[in-house]
Amino acid sequence: MATPAEILNTSEERRVGATHLTTLTLKIRRYNPQVSEDAWWDEFTIQVDPFERLVEALHQVKWHHDGTLTFRRSCAHGICGSDAMVINGRNALACKILVKDVAPKVTIEPIRGLTVLKDLIVDMEPFFDGYRAVLPYLVNDEETERERIQSPDERERYDDTTKCILCAACTTSCPIFWADETYIGPAAIVNAHRFIFDSRDRAPRERLGILSEKTGVFRCRTTFNCTDACPRGIEVTKAIQEVKRAILFDRV
Amino acid sequence: MTVTHTYDAVIVGAGGAGLRAAIEASGAVKTAVISKLYPTRSHTGAAQGGVCAALGNVEEDHPEWHAFDTVKGGDYLVDQPAAQLLTEEAIASIYELERWGLPFNRTPDGLIDQRRFGGHTANHGERPVKRACYAADRTGHMILQTLYQQCVKRDVRFFNEFYCLDLLLTDDGHAAGVVAYELATGELHVFRSKSVLFATGGYGRMFRVSSNAHALTGDGPSVVFRRGIPLEDMEFFQFHPTGLYRLGVLLSEGARGEGAILRNKDGERFMERYAPTIKDLAPRDVVSRSIYQEIREGRGLGPKGDYLHLDLTHLDPKVLEEKLPDITEFARVYLQVEPTREPVPIQPTAHYAMGGIPTDVHGRVVTGSDETPVPGLYAAGECACVSVHGANRLGTNSLLDIVVFGRRGGDDMARHSAETELPDLPPDATARTLGMLDGILTRETGDNVADIRSELQDSMFDLAFVVRTEESLAKMGEILGALRDRYDRIAIGDKGSVYNTDLMEAVEVGFLLDCAAALVAAAEARDESRGAHYREDHPLRDDANWLKHSLAYLQDDGSIRLDTKPVKMGPYIPMERKY
Repeated sequence: MATPAEILNTSEERRVGATHLTTLTLKIRRYNPQVSEDAWWDEFTIQVDPFERLVEALHQVKWHHDGTLTFRRSCAHGICGSDAMVINGRNALACKILVKDVAPKVTIEPIRGLTVLKDLIVDMEPFFDGYRAVLPYLVNDEETERERIQSPDERERYDDTTKCILCAACTTSCPIFWADETYIGPAAIVNAHRFIFDSRDRAPRERLGILSEKTGVFRCRTTFNCTDACPRGIEVTKAIQEVKRAILFDRV
Repeated sequence: MTVTHTYDAVIVGAGGAGLRAAIEASGAVKTAVISKLYPTRSHTGAAQGGVCAALGNVEEDHPEWHAFDTVKGGDYLVDQPAAQLLTEEAIASIYELERWGLPFNRTPDGLIDQRRFGGHTANHGERPVKRACYAADRTGHMILQTLYQQCVKRDVRFFNEFYCLDLLLTDDGHAAGVVAYELATGELHVFRSKSVLFATGGYGRMFRVSSNAHALTGDGPSVVFRRGIPLEDMEFFQFHPTGLYRLGVLLSEGARGEGAILRNKDGERFMERYAPTIKDLAPRDVVSRSIYQEIREGRGLGPKGDYLHLDLTHLDPKVLEEKLPDITEFARVYLQVEPTREPVPIQPTAHYAMGGIPTDVHGRVVTGSDETPVPGLYAAGECACVSVHGANRLGTNSLLDIVVFGRRGGDDMARHSAETELPDLPPDATARTLGMLDGILTRETGDNVADIRSELQDSMFDLAFVVRTEESLAKMGEILGALRDRYDRIAIGDKGSVYNTDLMEAVEVGFLLDCAAALVAAAEARDESRGAHYREDHPLRDDANWLKHSLAYLQDDGSIRLDTKPVKMGPYIPMERKY
């Protein structure tokens, strides 16, 4: 993610698009069960605006070179969470990477630890199973006539983890998850954190109980891959540590 | 092979409207939600600035003021009883979202905070009012997440990555179910049901510069259109003033609500000339037209002179960080512009369809000038036209629309389903769908789908965007005819059955062509200017002839027949729209 310091780019091209296209070679990990049991690599070389998003470079390949190339995408600006991929070895959303930052050659693979179904599409069900396991909804049946009161500080306490878009970039960057898919994974913990530290919620203990099981937070070895991978800038490892601490000291 | 499922209620689309309907219906009857995406990928999640309700948490406000603004904002094409209902039910809807955990920003006293938004005013236009409830600039994301969380809690049955391709009707015109294509396997599924609700969102992908997701291809409207149901007010499409230049990515009106200013190449705050009272916070149609005018008169920026600036540099960087973090990041990531120090290049971007599938205030689909209900058929959200947005939607009213009319539609479809026997399926339920897919899949050579789509997008952007004329629309009509001919000869590269997104995109382009044809036909007929529909050759509103909704019907020969129906009036008498 670009920081203000990196944006001292004063070129006009950043605003209006490049005057010359650049050459980009995409080396893509392919798999299609109707073609072969084994995955393979394909390379495509295209001409593309260096200020264009990588997901649009993938579209250019699909639309004009190989219609069978398959990937998920929707909003194309980092909000819907569809297009998490391994891009040059790191998890990222293809719509948040500009071509100029990976040209002349980029390697694209499906995210790891989930079964590949076709090309860059993986089976998301185990990921959503982990999410559903942590009671990912507010538990509080108290009647209120208007809104509940929550101070700005109480609201700030869980702000970071409300940003999650369930793209799975964090969970599928985690070496513990690669080795053992029963590990609930960073994204589920992030979504538990979002409620555990919400002053309005009444079920933090149930969630902490779920996360203290052997498939839960104590599998985390704080490699920080998840924090590096998060396209929303969530401090995932910090959230996991806060949940661990809440379990150890029985305190929210 | 076809799989048949049986439900009481089937909801197509899992954005805000579909999820809200599902929460309501699933508590009462056996309900399924079909979506071509995973629910959390839906475009509700991209909405930014807020959702309005006259809570009066920050300053005096009343639902009646909100209703007036909505009617005036819609240039008096709004059905006034529906707008009154929307703005009255807004308050309970916001409290409900809060009770379900939506993390609204808070006032120092811990109430839901509110901010200014375009066209929302105190006391019938006196001054901007703080009415938009918000969660930073991620309000849509929070609504989508909160509604999905509530569906998880209620164990709602989802069919994810199922693409609805046809509506099934009985001989006497009752909804009987839908046909869906399972992306993972290529299998067709028939969902028998007592009621069907479409909540498939908009069709903004027919324009080159668009804030809309790739998925927004008018699926629901086109499916019902092909079954003889009309589309209402299709000529009214909103162009949001502040899309990120070239990309169209939305920069929330909430930015101007927090004090950002639009400037031309001379640095002038030009909105002072066009809307002296509320300036940069004028409704979107007014601001987009003003931008167009500035560009045309040579006050745009860049080598082509085709963008303007959104200036946030005078705002406290803390405001950007806390209240507008996402749009700040979009400017940094996509244009490499640092909004705390330099203005952001913007241009109008295709954003929202005011028109769509005609419904009443219970979400029931109604056809004809006399509004005859189609039993068991419902629509809600952007794909529907109630009409609460009239000729131009106010910012934040779309998020309000999905929760209010999603709930109403879900409630009424549950009532209907509980009172109704399961209709018989028509014979050969999948015949039409199979015919459509086989044509696309079997042709070995033919026209390229992407070429047709980009020509559609480029020409719609040039000829049917912020400013239209009879000539531009006639030309667009001819182009659409030629594109339709080419579309009938398309061939695709992927012939497989596993995640054939090549096939899905081909179908989507067909849907877009239908919606574009309805839009252009209705826009050509309406020789007046109203709200977002601006005809340069007829620049004035013409209430004597055009204070009415349009209805477009697809006929068997592929042509479009136009009809009209009256606007439901109320306390607000149409007057000149000034801001």
